Amino acid sequence: METVLAIVVGGLYASGIYLMLRRSLVKLVIGLVLLSHGANLLIFTIGGLTRAGAPIVAEGETHPAAPFADPLPQALILTAIVISFGVTAFAVVLLQRAYQAVGSDDLDKMKTTDT
Amino acid sequence: MKSLVVLPILIPLLTAAISSLAWRSRAAQRWLGLVGAAALFAVAIMLVLGVRSHGVQAVQIGGWPAPYGITLVADLFAAIMVFLAGLMGLAVAVYSLAGMDRERERFGYYPLLHVLLTGVCGAFLTGDIFNLYVWFEVMLIASFVLLTLGGERAQLEGAIKYVTLNLISSALFLTGVGILYGVAGTLNMADLHVKLRDVAPGMATTVAMLFLVAFGIKAAVFPLFFWLPASYHTPPVAVSAIFAGLLTKVGVYAMIRVFTLLFVQNPEYTHTIILWISGLTMVTGVLGAMAQHEFRRVLSFHIVSQIGYMVMGLALFGLTASPTLAVLSLAGSVFYIVHHIIVKTNLFLVSGIALRLRGTSELKELGGLASAYPGLAVLFLIPALSLAGLPPLSGFFAKLSLVQAGLGLQQYTIVGVALAVSLLTLFSMMKIWTEAFWKPAPNALGGTDAEARETSQASYYLLLVPVAVLAAITALIGLGVGPLFDLSLGAAEQLHDPSDYLRAVLGGAR
Repeated sequence: METVLAIVVGGLYASGIYLMLRRSLVKLVIGLVLLSHGANLLIFTIGGLTRAGAPIVAEGETHPAAPFADPLPQALILTAIVISFGVTAFAVVLLQRAYQAVGSDDLDKMKTTDT
Repeated sequence: MKSLVVLPILIPLLTAAISSLAWRSRAAQRWLGLVGAAALFAVAIMLVLGVRSHGVQAVQIGGWPAPYGITLVADLFAAIMVFLAGLMGLAVAVYSLAGMDRERERFGYYPLLHVLLTGVCGAFLTGDIFNLYVWFEVMLIASFVLLTLGGERAQLEGAIKYVTLNLISSALFLTGVGILYGVAGTLNMADLHVKLRDVAPGMATTVAMLFLVAFGIKAAVFPLFFWLPASYHTPPVAVSAIFAGLLTKVGVYAMIRVFTLLFVQNPEYTHTIILWISGLTMVTGVLGAMAQHEFRRVLSFHIVSQIGYMVMGLALFGLTASPTLAVLSLAGSVFYIVHHIIVKTNLFLVSGIALRLRGTSELKELGGLASAYPGLAVLFLIPALSLAGLPPLSGFFAKLSLVQAGLGLQQYTIVGVALAVSLLTLFSMMKIWTEAFWKPAPNALGGTDAEARETSQASYYLLLVPVAVLAAITALIGLGVGPLFDLSLGAAEQLHDPSDYLRAVLGGAR
């Protein structure tokens, strides 16, 4: 399972970067989204894919029952998803405003501030 | 004492929240912005003094003990950075009172400024690597909006590059954090320092490279800096100034933090790369600046060039076995950051006044500022010469300590590069001086100049206040360099030998 997910993660990174290298604004945003999905899946994979119970401490115990899943990667991913949601929303609005201002979604037409 | 560690995050957050509630009242937002910035500055001073006398302070959020909960840590380096954030926040808040247009104030400029400060202070104070990522994002989102607020075409074009590169950097950072958790099983930085000793050095170095690229993009080092000169000159000057002062330095701070605390397994490899990056950053930055003829674009490229010096101290730290030289190099970096933040913000603020007075930032169209506004000319010269490193200003001592460390390490190439680049910096500052201040005003502009640009006397002086104060600080640092350098040495010792840091975070057990 790790191998499959590793390939998926690699594919997400590769396609994200490929899309970002295109000139279209829309593809740029999709590329960013894929990249952040790739990072989230990577944390999920690297946190260990074990079939185990929820890490809940039963009444009267001090530790959760023996095979339990590490909850931390999921907490990290949840945080990262929320952040990337907000950031993507901003990026989409920025894209739309830039499209209106420039009149094109071609990144090569947005070079006036470059040096 | 403990509450002092939390307050630099809470104060700007509360200020932002309360001034968002006062959305309709521009006056209330202005006052709240000012009061919040002043309070942050006051707390930051107390934090530096407290850390100096009581040692490293750590707070376990929610009472969860160290490696499990999130820890906030204030060592001397972090405290100094928070102090600088407070100082810049206050300077820019005062400047904005006269320098920011009504439209942007109406659309939440002051709350955003404080959200930005929250993120910056959080990034300085956190002791948890994932939490650092979160603070980075807080800071980034605020900076995205500040950069695009107003929605001019140039701003949007600059913002696309800024947003894209910073999001790529965040994704890489997140990847690095994930792998780090996978190999070490912890996210607390002090705990990571301990656990990474048992991790295979190859794995640790691989992760280190991910972090180097991620923070390298944020810090704008060679060859990852292109977003900076493409975007920093587009927003209003007050925004440019706070970006120039603080944002890239958060990247440098994070780089210094992880490459002194976490990734010290294989310094011959990692810190040699950093040394190369440092030299190339200095050179490309300053060459870029020489090709520019717009006030803020020149300054933007100089940010890049100066980042090279800060990183140089970090590189030298990793390449020496001698503790004295290692501490000296890091102290050089810390001192350089202090000097740079003050001076660079100041130069941007001056560029804003010139823009306000003449309605242009193109050096060709400027001119005659020295005879018309001699006070402003002096206030430009002080930070400009300090940036180039002329004695007795702060930049001279910052460069001196780095050069001393470099000579002690027999790294003559980097020392040569550093000295040559400061000459070129002087050249470039003199270009601004002769073009904008010294040469007579171009005739074509006489008409618009006579219209007086609608700058009332009162708002001119209000703009001048933060500039004058920052210039005075630069000069004072130069004249009384001892105390600040001792402070930097103290910060460098804590970075070099993290046992105090570990004890404060993890308790005495380890």
